[in-house]
Amino acid sequence: MDTFIQQLINGLTLGCVYAVVALGYTMVYGIIQLINFAHGEVVMIGAMVAFSVITALAGSGMPPVFIVLLATLAAIPVCMAVGYTMERVAYRPLRTAPRLAPLITAIGISIILQHVALMIWSRNNLSFPQIIELKSYHLGSSETSATITNIQIAIIVASIAMMIALLMLIYKTRMGIAMRATSQNPQVAGLMGININTVISMTFMIGAALGAIAGVMVGSYYGIANYTMGFMLGLKAFSAAVLGGIGNLGGAVLGGLLIGLIEALGAGYMGDITNVCFLNGFLPGFANMCDTNPNGSLFGSNYKDVYAFIVLILVLVFRPSGLLGERVGDRA
Amino acid sequence: MNAAGWTANPRNKWIGIACIAIALIALPFVLAMAGTAWVRITNFAILFVLLSLGLNIVVGFAGLLDLGYIAFYAVGAYVYALLASPHFGLHLPWWMILPIGAFVACIFGILLGSPTLKLRGDYLAIVTLGFGEIVRIFMNNLSDPINVTNGPKGISTIDSIKLAGLDFGGSTRIGDFVLSGTIKYYFFLLAILLIVIVINFRLQNSRIGRAWEAIREDEMAARAMGINTTRMKLLAFAMGASFGGIAGGMFSAIQGFISPESFVLNESVMVLAMVVLGGMGNIWGVVLGAVLLSFVPELLRYTVEPAQHALFGKQIIEAEVLRMLLFGLAMVLMMLYRPAGLLPSAVRKRELAKEEA
Repeated sequence: MDTFIQQLINGLTLGCVYAVVALGYTMVYGIIQLINFAHGEVVMIGAMVAFSVITALAGSGMPPVFIVLLATLAAIPVCMAVGYTMERVAYRPLRTAPRLAPLITAIGISIILQHVALMIWSRNNLSFPQIIELKSYHLGSSETSATITNIQIAIIVASIAMMIALLMLIYKTRMGIAMRATSQNPQVAGLMGININTVISMTFMIGAALGAIAGVMVGSYYGIANYTMGFMLGLKAFSAAVLGGIGNLGGAVLGGLLIGLIEALGAGYMGDITNVCFLNGFLPGFANMCDTNPNGSLFGSNYKDVYAFIVLILVLVFRPSGLLGERVGDRA
Repeated sequence: MNAAGWTANPRNKWIGIACIAIALIALPFVLAMAGTAWVRITNFAILFVLLSLGLNIVVGFAGLLDLGYIAFYAVGAYVYALLASPHFGLHLPWWMILPIGAFVACIFGILLGSPTLKLRGDYLAIVTLGFGEIVRIFMNNLSDPINVTNGPKGISTIDSIKLAGLDFGGSTRIGDFVLSGTIKYYFFLLAILLIVIVINFRLQNSRIGRAWEAIREDEMAARAMGINTTRMKLLAFAMGASFGGIAGGMFSAIQGFISPESFVLNESVMVLAMVVLGGMGNIWGVVLGAVLLSFVPELLRYTVEPAQHALFGKQIIEAEVLRMLLFGLAMVLMMLYRPAGLLPSAVRKRELAKEEA
């Protein structure tokens, strides 16, 4: 039971990060029906910028929380600039082009961003300096009960705060009204005096800002950043957005949390479930295998990256509109 | 479009074809004088042409974006490696394995395509993107508890191709004349390439090819015309996958060693860049794109690093990084300024121009 709760906590933390990234996908999709493949790369750049700032300030004697805050504040404008440039250069000129065109530029941009990051930050794994002391809190009386760390708490609280802020922005402000109008019908929204280009740029920038914060969170959670990290993260967040129903904000959050939980529980339990050692002596050839490796499972935790993808395929087969989404199958 | 439409005079056409044939036959011997490495590079260029032609069926003909194409290449390569290496102790002949590889890749294509092809193209793009990575994860991890792929260490001492008593793995001496294995593979690849190009032209002008073109231009209209769009898209996807599988098998045989390292996302991107640069849907365009993007990075490798040392005294950009930047840039710039590619297919050009207006 303790392990289960522990995996639940880990999954929830991870899920919050995925949810924040998924919001970026789903917002852009909601407005211009484009999958922004390069969104994962924006998250990566956020983590990288934060890494640089934290490394530079680690020895300065400033309070650690303040340094992380500064790092986040540095990552946000950089990522917003990247998001804006991306939209301006690669997507806006192709808004009326055939669907294939922006998808191809998106993958091109993604490759360019990856390799620019490689040039700036090298191809090695960058480990974040441990400036915040990791504290674990037990969720029970015994020594073996599940723990939650201060970083996990920070990630969960920050994600919830961001989601609330985003909902306020979209449902309470003029900008939000303009965004919702544009997502329903860009032409008519334009006739109503909304500057569609500004709205679309803003959407990209808000998504990128969320991505930047997610990047800082991932970086501080795993303690490691790498120029290729955006790819898998983006893929999982996209799966989350599809699971929830792409274009739907609540769906992105729900999907993100579910994907995080599935991944954590999968990594925690699939290894035991698919342990083939009970076949020991049952089949020839298995006996000596389990002697060398008593955890001879078919799908151990090294397959954790696969689960999100399997969920994506299953959703597309059985409910392509996602849990909370509208029908998408018929749009050409 | 049609190969027969080059010139009005049929005699000129045959003279042209003869010249090209002689040039292609002489090419490896000329390159061998500059170093065997260049023949090997040419062989890999031909492999990439094969891959690009396969991807062109999916992206160019049917207008579906496949971002994990290298996965099918990987499947073909692993099928060949597992059936013709000491790893399982199997040594089947190549003419049995290549079709098996194509078939297995085709099955993977159908498995992947059937859930996604009913939906809009974006989903296919991202699912294939994930699939490419998943295949790599499996190749990396399927070594424990049952050793199927030998994990990151890869599979080595894969059998070379043997044809009519010739072993393509080593050199053959005919009188005073030594035919190296690389040159033999060149001709083997050239023969396969020729077959694939002919198949591509036949496909393009067939009922199926026209159905793909209709789907690409307007799926709704195509369906209204009675085309079973899902099945046609699946056919394109499966066919592209099996071409990838064949190219993968050839890669295994030539290389003699494969590991998951060779099948990363960047390779998929490279093949896509070749198709996009040359001109989606135009067979000669795709060939041109693949040849260009195979050789330019090699030239870069020999020029960029020395040039940087001469100019700045140190290396600022690795050639490998520059190559990927180039591919990314090629895709973005082509889509922005010349969406139909360097050698646009006539239909595609008309279509892309119209939609932009």
